[in-house]
Amino acid sequence: MTGLRYVYAVCRPFGTPLQAQLTGVAGDPPRLLHHHGLVAVVSHVPERDFAEGPLHRHLEDLDWLTATARAHQGVIDALTVVTTPLPLRMATVFRDDSGVRVMMEEREEAFRRTLDRLQGRVEWGVKVYAETESKDKETPAEKPASGRDYLRQRRMKVRSNEDLWQQAETFANRLHETLSTYAEDSRLHAPQNAALSGASGQNVLNAAYLVSRTESEEFVELVDRTKGEVPGMRVELTGPWAAYSFSGDPASGDPVSGDPTQKEDR
Amino acid sequence: MTTPSRVPEPWGQGSGANLADILERVLDKGIVIAGDIRINLLDIELLTIKLRLIVASVDKAKEMGIDWWEDDPALSSRARHKELARENAELRERLAQLEPARAEEEAQ
Repeated sequence: MTGLRYVYAVCRPFGTPLQAQLTGVAGDPPRLLHHHGLVAVVSHVPERDFAEGPLHRHLEDLDWLTATARAHQGVIDALTVVTTPLPLRMATVFRDDSGVRVMMEEREEAFRRTLDRLQGRVEWGVKVYAETESKDKETPAEKPASGRDYLRQRRMKVRSNEDLWQQAETFANRLHETLSTYAEDSRLHAPQNAALSGASGQNVLNAAYLVSRTESEEFVELVDRTKGEVPGMRVELTGPWAAYSFSGDPASGDPVSGDPTQKEDR
Repeated sequence: MTTPSRVPEPWGQGSGANLADILERVLDKGIVIAGDIRINLLDIELLTIKLRLIVASVDKAKEMGIDWWEDDPALSSRARHKELARENAELRERLAQLEPARAEEEAQ
């Protein structure tokens, strides 16, 4: 029993085995730790990478961070196929199995409550991009003949940008409204920047929707129908994700929920 | 025991998800539990902010009204500085454009 324990998620016991070739962070296959009628999904990870010091250093390393985040998401994804996992934030690490068990006991009630709430539901991500004429920005504008000309050009540019944002905002608001009525819950995330996402255009809506599996097909169709509805607006759908954005437990004052109503006594 | 019905395959397995989609969920969302290995959660939060700042053009973000980091004293001075530098550059450019035009007008 060497190494530390990296916990991906907590779920209820499930019958379908995980795919055999699945590896988690640090290349270790995820194992199921049953305790008190719940399951923690756990990998063994080496101290040299996941003890406090090394972990701190690694988190500053974008390549390590990316690989670990992908591995984490890979396990959560595999779990989502067979059950409804409650995903933990990346890099939740314990000394040993008994540390994991203690944590499960302490949080048992909250876990059950949240798992009940999320049961049979998945998260869909919807993003709207306003397609800006990026070429326009790179090629220098026509050389203004005078100061007045310069100001006129500038004013026109600002105005056309304003129009575009106005249009994008209206479209994004309307779409979010429609999808929110359909979904059980929704969250608005900060717009993504292009350098990290690699997407073209300006991200004007970045939202997550909690939808039951049985209604997911309809939800996907609903989103698909809005594609190409308004020229210059691009709608992107991702998922199904585990309900990452909805995993906060309002009753335990978890910051993720953004609505701490009471403190968990522990 | 759970037996969820499967979701339509074409959209399965997080297809179409980019790195930002994955990072924002794995790093920012998900339930927060303090493990035995203490990584200061603030570190992760600062890290994601840093990530965004490194790759984001502050100007563009401000243009879109994304200025939530302004509330963070650790970051606001940097953001202010960048904005000032941008404004400065823009004013210089404008001045450079205006001056020859004015000289021309005066010469007439």
